[in-house]
Amino acid sequence: MEWFDAGWGLSLATFLPVVGALVLLFVPAGQEQTIKLVGTVFAGLSLIAAIGVALRFDYGQTDQIQLGANLEWIAQIGARYHIGVDGLSLPMFVLSALVTFLCCIYMWFHIPDPGKPKAFFALVLLLATGMNGAFVALDLILFFIFFEIVLVPMYFMIGIWGGPRREYAAVKFFLYTLFGSIFMLLGFLALWVNSGGLDGGTFDMIALRDQGVHASELFQNLVFLGLFLGFAIKVPMWPFHTWLPDAHTEAPTVGSVLLAAILLKMGTYGFIRIALPILPDAAVTYAPIIGILAVIAIIYGALCCLAQTDLKRLIAFSSVGHMGFVMLGIATLTDAGINGAIFAMVAHGLITGMLFFLAGSIHERYHTREIAELGGLLKQIPRFGTVFTYAAIASLGLPGLAGFWGEMLALLGSYNPAPDLDPVLFRVLMVGGGVGTVLTAGYLLWTIQRVNLGRVPERFADGHGIHDVVPLEWIAWAPLLVLILAAGVFPKLMLGVTDGAVQHLVQVFGAVAGH
Amino acid sequence: MELAQAVVQADIDLHALAPELVLTATACLVLVVDLFMPREAKWVAMPLSAAGLLGTLAAVMSLVGEHRTTLAESFEVDAFSLLFKGLFCLMGLLILGMSLHHFRESTYHEGEYYFLLLCGLLGGVVMASARDLISIFIALELISIPGIVMTALRKRNAKSNESALKFFLFSVLSSAVMLLGMSLIYGVTGTTQLDGIREAFASALGGPAVSPGISLPADHPFVVMSVFFIVIGFAFKISAVPFHFWAPDTYEGAPSPVAAFLSTASKIGGFVGLLVLMFVAFPQVADGWRPVFAVLAALTMTVGNLIALRQQHIIRLLAYSGIAQSGYVLVAFALIDPGAAETNRQAFESALIYLAIYGIMDLGAFAAAVAFARRGGTYFIEDYRGLWNRSPVLATLLAAFLVSLAGAPPMAGAWAKLFVFLATIDAQVYWLAVVMGLNATIAAWYYLAVVKRMFFDTTEVSTEPIEVPAVLRVVMAGAAALLFAGFVYPPLITELAERSFL
Repeated sequence: MEWFDAGWGLSLATFLPVVGALVLLFVPAGQEQTIKLVGTVFAGLSLIAAIGVALRFDYGQTDQIQLGANLEWIAQIGARYHIGVDGLSLPMFVLSALVTFLCCIYMWFHIPDPGKPKAFFALVLLLATGMNGAFVALDLILFFIFFEIVLVPMYFMIGIWGGPRREYAAVKFFLYTLFGSIFMLLGFLALWVNSGGLDGGTFDMIALRDQGVHASELFQNLVFLGLFLGFAIKVPMWPFHTWLPDAHTEAPTVGSVLLAAILLKMGTYGFIRIALPILPDAAVTYAPIIGILAVIAIIYGALCCLAQTDLKRLIAFSSVGHMGFVMLGIATLTDAGINGAIFAMVAHGLITGMLFFLAGSIHERYHTREIAELGGLLKQIPRFGTVFTYAAIASLGLPGLAGFWGEMLALLGSYNPAPDLDPVLFRVLMVGGGVGTVLTAGYLLWTIQRVNLGRVPERFADGHGIHDVVPLEWIAWAPLLVLILAAGVFPKLMLGVTDGAVQHLVQVFGAVAGH
Repeated sequence: MELAQAVVQADIDLHALAPELVLTATACLVLVVDLFMPREAKWVAMPLSAAGLLGTLAAVMSLVGEHRTTLAESFEVDAFSLLFKGLFCLMGLLILGMSLHHFRESTYHEGEYYFLLLCGLLGGVVMASARDLISIFIALELISIPGIVMTALRKRNAKSNESALKFFLFSVLSSAVMLLGMSLIYGVTGTTQLDGIREAFASALGGPAVSPGISLPADHPFVVMSVFFIVIGFAFKISAVPFHFWAPDTYEGAPSPVAAFLSTASKIGGFVGLLVLMFVAFPQVADGWRPVFAVLAALTMTVGNLIALRQQHIIRLLAYSGIAQSGYVLVAFALIDPGAAETNRQAFESALIYLAIYGIMDLGAFAAAVAFARRGGTYFIEDYRGLWNRSPVLATLLAAFLVSLAGAPPMAGAWAKLFVFLATIDAQVYWLAVVMGLNATIAAWYYLAVVKRMFFDTTEVSTEPIEVPAVLRVVMAGAAALLFAGFVYPPLITELAERSFL
């Protein structure tokens, strides 16, 4: 297994999907079963490699980069093929491979109009390479390429298979994200110039972290601003969030799932992996702003959810709020807060991914997502209704399910933020976040009440075409449902992985607040 | 005088000139063969030309690793010139590929076209080696004049005539301005050789003159003005704003493969001349013209992109996009700093990388437009609606080229933009980097607008698939494969660029 540990495991998990996409190009478009099989097999192989990585990972040294490779790539500018995982990235990496595979299974029977499974699978697989790669890249240029590579497939997925306003949503998604990532790139290049530029400069995240940035405060703040724009738009943080409801609502089910579960996390991961460790001083300067924006996002997202009439759009706005908790956790710059942030990233990936699957399936059964037109799901399709209730309750942060720990830790972290931060401000933010959790519980319970309970509307009373959860749906959803419970009951499963790495990260902020 | 002596004494390195000789011979052969062919068989000029270009490419390959100068040091063979000679051959092959059916199926002067195209490419191949004001000028005219004639090939079409006349007038005007600048430089330095000019300015800055002609330092207004004239002349050739007005009209009126030639080979030829002049002959004068180039670059990309937003015609869209793309290359000229060797080097390399990638991706897009117009009969973007349903392969390839032009992965265009950004940040010209960033976002909008029509619009113009001839398929697939390979493994092009620093 030496080859596996020397970067091959990670590389296989990252690139097998795109190889699958290339293979698909040569499968005739008519052979739908072969296409689905090839796509799922490559996604499955990628998942097996990712699980292999998780098994080979040394959990005693989560703060160390493991199973990596560091090869020459673009020698002229010192960009290298440097990959590896540690406690910060392993959970998201495995989640990314898992969700991709589950989406492929779901796609066996759910290819939205206008069909064309070949193109759909190829795009999902290309997307998977970008997602997996972003979580293993340890070189800024490599990270940038993976970060950008997801734009094109997601643009096509929204634009071709999306809802009525798909063209608008697709272009908005692309331009918004491109705009942000260009400034992120400028920030990366500035870091490179600062580390020596052509004269031995490096794009290596670890090296940049270890050697620190020796430059004026203004320079650091400007570079942080560039990175902030790129990551904050991806997260998306309020007020950069406006692309998200459109993209989520219009995207096909699988697109929404991948967007919510993985793509958004690239932004928050960027903060944890790149912005905080490399520019700690600027991070302290920006933390209050990030915290305030995060709490605005939490409350704003919850209020918007209360006003939504479309189920999918409601879940989209709930993402704004949940990502607000992640950002609040990051802004505290504490052990508890950042552990909570990573926990909330994974939890949100599991739960909101699940909710988007359910929203898509409701649309398929009832041909509407208008909350007002739905009702009595528990009566008509009890198993489906139960799963929906479970996911919604997990989303509101019920203790014992995955949604609880991340948000609790983020709030705990903001009670006692890093020493350089103003504790009064962060305690106010904590209260704001607390209010947000109440509102979140409110809109989710109200949604459950309107969708799940009550009488079955007359137009659906005959039950025509409305069936309960089918076996393939169980296969695609069961892992998510189990993991939501597992992460809720045994938070150590996750915190044990992340804590070592997070402790290492927050050392620079001088915080040792335990949890 | 030295040149005349060298020619008289036949002191010429024929191997160094082999690519030019092969190409010249092919051009002559094509012209003669055309005379004896019946109208139906005139298309054989195309395979003949292609074979000639492959021969030229072989001659280029035989020179790899060599460093030779000949013709009294006005002609130099080095890694830089070989890179561009190779690129011109490659672009020539792509243009030939898209020409075959286009010219066979219309009433053009088929044989003459191939002759003219080869002459234009010969200009590019010579330009890559030219290290003397006179040979640069000759090479530039060798590119432009066949271009003018090719633009006018549709003799009975008013638009074709109008565009050729416009092109002709602008071209002559710019040549005149450029020549004025060149003659002034000769007057100041007493030499036409680029190395000589640089040394002359260097010594004028540093102390006593070494050659009789020199009397003015590099920052003298007279010298700055002379360089300015030359820059303006080139600005017309590369259609930089505000000297770009001829380009969209000319491209639209010209036969599309000719527009492809003008937008890539001809423009890149101009850039090669400008690169050699600015980096070899005038680095000392950089302080004078650096701001000029910065403004020119910012204007060119911004105006090009903004006007491109409104275009309905694919060739005009590509014309304005080509103008905007020139802006990114011009950035390299705005970064030169005579004191900072590494910054210069990075700026120079970024321009080379950009030009090479631009040439391939732009030709790919033109090939797709030609393929679409062949059966669709139209160049209007409106008519690209639902192309994905009609011809998935054509739509996918065009989308790949447009994505590359927009600078997004997974195509090599991403690297082209990235290296320009890198050079700009390295030179610490941050405002230009921000302007470029905003422009990249604007540009993505109109490239995506075409993609949107092809993939998202379901109101179909027709359901009939567009049959794409094999040659065009090879051209497009080849270009796309090159761009994808360049994306996956960028050293393919960065290594070449690094070796090619002058």
